[in-house]
Amino acid sequence: MANTLVQKRQNILEVTGKRRLNDRHFIIQLTSEEPLPMMLPGNFVQVLVEGSPTTFLRRPLSIHEVNYAQNSFRILIQIKGDGTRQLSRLKNGDKLNVIYPLGNCFSLPQGKEVLLVGGGCGVAPLLFLAQFLRQNSIRPVILTGWRTQSDIFELEEYKKSGEVLMTTEDGSAGEKGLVTDHSLFRSGKLPFSRIYCCGPDPMMKAVAGLAASHGIDCEVSLENTMACGIGVCLCCVTPTVSGNERVCVEGPVFNTKHLTWGNPDKEACQNKCHG
Amino acid sequence: MADLNVTLGPLELKNPVLTASGTFGCGEEFTDFMDVNRLGGIVVKAVTGKNRDGNPYPRMAETPMGMLNAVGLQNKGVDYFIREIYPRIKDFDTQIIVNVSGSTLDEYVEVAGKLNDLDKIPAIEVNISCPNVKQGGMAFGTIPATATEVTRAVRDVYKKTLIVKLSPNVTSITDMAKAAADGGADIISLINTLLGMAINAETRRPVLSTITGGLSGPAIKPVALRMVWQVSKAVKIPVIGLGGIRTATDAIEFMLAGASAVQVGTANFIDPAVTLKIIDGLEAYLQRHQINSVKELIGSLKVNGE
Repeated sequence: MANTLVQKRQNILEVTGKRRLNDRHFIIQLTSEEPLPMMLPGNFVQVLVEGSPTTFLRRPLSIHEVNYAQNSFRILIQIKGDGTRQLSRLKNGDKLNVIYPLGNCFSLPQGKEVLLVGGGCGVAPLLFLAQFLRQNSIRPVILTGWRTQSDIFELEEYKKSGEVLMTTEDGSAGEKGLVTDHSLFRSGKLPFSRIYCCGPDPMMKAVAGLAASHGIDCEVSLENTMACGIGVCLCCVTPTVSGNERVCVEGPVFNTKHLTWGNPDKEACQNKCHG
Repeated sequence: MADLNVTLGPLELKNPVLTASGTFGCGEEFTDFMDVNRLGGIVVKAVTGKNRDGNPYPRMAETPMGMLNAVGLQNKGVDYFIREIYPRIKDFDTQIIVNVSGSTLDEYVEVAGKLNDLDKIPAIEVNISCPNVKQGGMAFGTIPATATEVTRAVRDVYKKTLIVKLSPNVTSITDMAKAAADGGADIISLINTLLGMAINAETRRPVLSTITGGLSGPAIKPVALRMVWQVSKAVKIPVIGLGGIRTATDAIEFMLAGASAVQVGTANFIDPAVTLKIIDGLEAYLQRHQINSVKELIGSLKVNGE
């Protein structure tokens, strides 16, 4: 579902809140002077990073939560390099140049039983999605995967919109292992009509594989590296059944049936096509 | 009001600021952010004979003050451009120039011939300099005799303004410029990207799927400026300068070095309205220096105590 009717904009927004979640993650709240455009779960923003000598391009970041009444929204950021470290130093009152809203969005499911799967920073768009589903009378099951107990954040927020399950790699909280090791996936037939997933590529591929084996529709949100974010540089493409598509425009949300993941015939075709 | 109008051979521009191929789509992607009709021109992303899927991901590596790309000319082919894209963009009130690329001489000729019939396209820019395609592309742009040959072949079928875009990945940029001029080019544009490479030390792998790619952005500006200066002295035809321009001052430096117009590329990715800021800044500069026409800047670099 494309969000093409909404005009994209480049605005200066004010930092009106900041919260550290753990040693690598934080949330910033940005407030606009004018009313926000309509934003949908899966949409992202492109943030200009100032003051970092090695950061040349904007940083694409998922919309984590929107508050239209206050003209504000939140983004969840993982500190990965100098650019995101610079963003972690922002203070209330600082200004950020943001291009938004970008990309497509998750689609509403056919049925009411849905599963959200997120790992680490990949939970970023899932809070917004869970809240959106709740507004549409759907109470999702939300499976979150973490490295260890001290990494866990915001579970209370997710619990407001659905039933929360979790795994940790070291077993310090929830079930031990990766999200795909959760007992949910060993309980025979999965009672879901749709799975939504965001996280590291190997996790999304594994979840997509489980979804396919249960005959469940699956949407993933990809995080390919981007330059422009508005569909002109063609750097962020992902192979699909209809050729290379832009993660920033045709995505970031894709139905996994449209991707070439795990389909050797389609992948072989892809590799032949490059010139 | 200072006069921003420039004339490059047969091509008239309302101001010297164009967008560089591959960084501005076909213009319509930017209408949410700016009035594209204020531009001197738009150079539409490279069009080839047939659909090209481009190179596999990853295609981009961020570098200090720049980026490497290995897109590989992904586009849906000239017939798709004429049928689907041209009708949507032809009435923009700016000069629409189409970048033309290919793997063979015949492909350049085929694409140029088809574009010759489009009323609202006053010029093409022949890309003999793409580093990201296995055949053709840069191969045509690194051997002078081949550059002359491809320019002449396109010249035979293309009757409007013919721009030839040069690769910086050569021993003598002036030899390449002369070769393109000999082939019948009306205008030279330079530079395309510089061949580069990025490595991920943690994984011990190249960042790009193609291992090497094209470097753009402010990092390449000094190289571009030097080449524009050399070429503008070596050929009689007008020169369009590009490479790392992101401010009006950058654009002015290229014009002082000899460019009659400039293209803005990678900077569009960071600020989609940057070109309008450059046009406004150019006008402010002319007023501040009490210069009536931007034409007076072209090649007016003062050297050796002049």
